[in-house]
Amino acid sequence: MNLITPDPGLLFWMLVTFGIVLYILGKFAWKPILKALGERENAITEALDKAEDAKKQMANMQAENEKLLALARSEREAILREAKEMKDSIIAQAKTSADIEGKKMIANAKENIEREKTSAINDLKNQVASYSIEIAERLIRKKLESNKEQDELVNKAINDFHLN
Amino acid sequence: MSAKVSSFFNVKIFSLFVLFVTFFSLNGYSQEVPKADNTTPSPEHKEEKFNAGKMIMGHIADEHDWHIIGNLTLPLPCILYSKEKGLDVFMSSHFEPHHGEERSYDVYDMKEGKITLLSGLKVYDFSITKNVLSLFISAGLLLFVFLTVARSYKTREGKAPKGLQSWFEPLILFVRDDIAKPTLGANHSRFMPLLLTIFFFIFFGNLLGLIPFFPGGANLTGNIAIPFFLAAVILIVIIFIANKHYWGHIVAMPGVPKWVLIILTPIEILGFVLRPFVLMIRLFANITAGHIIALAFYSLIFIFGAKSVAAGYGVSVVSVLFTVFMFCLDLLVAFLQAFVFTLLSSIYFSSALEVPEHH
Repeated sequence: MNLITPDPGLLFWMLVTFGIVLYILGKFAWKPILKALGERENAITEALDKAEDAKKQMANMQAENEKLLALARSEREAILREAKEMKDSIIAQAKTSADIEGKKMIANAKENIEREKTSAINDLKNQVASYSIEIAERLIRKKLESNKEQDELVNKAINDFHLN
Repeated sequence: MSAKVSSFFNVKIFSLFVLFVTFFSLNGYSQEVPKADNTTPSPEHKEEKFNAGKMIMGHIADEHDWHIIGNLTLPLPCILYSKEKGLDVFMSSHFEPHHGEERSYDVYDMKEGKITLLSGLKVYDFSITKNVLSLFISAGLLLFVFLTVARSYKTREGKAPKGLQSWFEPLILFVRDDIAKPTLGANHSRFMPLLLTIFFFIFFGNLLGLIPFFPGGANLTGNIAIPFFLAAVILIVIIFIANKHYWGHIVAMPGVPKWVLIILTPIEILGFVLRPFVLMIRLFANITAGHIIALAFYSLIFIFGAKSVAAGYGVSVVSVLFTVFMFCLDLLVAFLQAFVFTLLSSIYFSSALEVPEHH
């Protein structure tokens, strides 16, 4: 019976000791320990969340970068295309202007030639006239020597003209 | 509730099995030597006819002095109060052998660890007995360990646990995450200090009881007063926190015909008291049984040794092996009983706090 009857003395000391242990541990051990554990868990959760956020941000940034890159690429293409168009148009313009200039020059040349030609014809006409006058002069000088001679003279003069 | 608890148990069974195996592999070798000290028979045992029952009961029960080894005995203070002598304080070494089993000093008489007055009047015994000293040692150990741990949480704030802290953090987390949270849910933080103190008090007490030499070896948690006190604490807490719904279910179960209540109410009231009572019995019986079995195996050596020395040596091999086995089992039980006591307390708290569901 001794074994299963609670001893009042031990019960008393248990009450005192357990009370003190519960109070001291509750105040100075369990409270700070559980608080520290809770805080650490929160910190870990926060850190994980932050890492996740950073990962997302990274992905976002990468996507943005890619977008920017694509934009730059398309812009470059546009610029290149524009430059090419400009070059083509410049070349075409140059060609047409060169054509026009060429035609103008040809026309000028033709005009000059025409002018030279008429002046040459005029010169010739004057020359022929002066020769004719010379011939006439010579004929007059020879006057009546003979008809035969006169004829010879005329023919000779004519041949001279031809030589010219 | 019950489904939650049973699934919870299923999950735990495997981990407990692992724990069990771990205990076996860790402690099988180291405990053989010290265990032998405890049962080294004192000279008087050898001279008298060895009485196993008496030896075992002597170890299980409380004593006014602490037998350490051989003739070395630690005397403990006796604090007595009686109408005849008033308050009386003296060391237990004053008791002189009187006649046979009894020892006496002044007007006091001691038989089987109980002090009585020779006049037969009532005496109140508040002595620092073996169990009280063991209680102080275990309380001191608890305070030392957990104040140290708490300090390292302060000094090593935000860092990984180290040293003692890393030994006890898993256990603290075990009590919080596997005992309190699954049963009490959001209410758990209110009960954490009590549950942690009870868990570690029982765990430390059980382990100290398993150490076979001086600072340990007392049957503290196996003494009925300690489980009685702890169960009483649980009962008082339940009475304080229980809500209307809980009392309503005990006094008059709703939705039950009036005449059934005549039977049901006494059963419910009995059940209300029986729950903490079973908590007490479970802890007491498990720890005491562990001590009795270990001692019984050793007693076999002396019982056989008394018949023939050879038989004694022969049996000792078997006894030591069996005791090592039992010791491992007791290590498991030491943890398991602390766990079960805390878990069931936590479940009782949660049922006292249960909010009625509308059905």
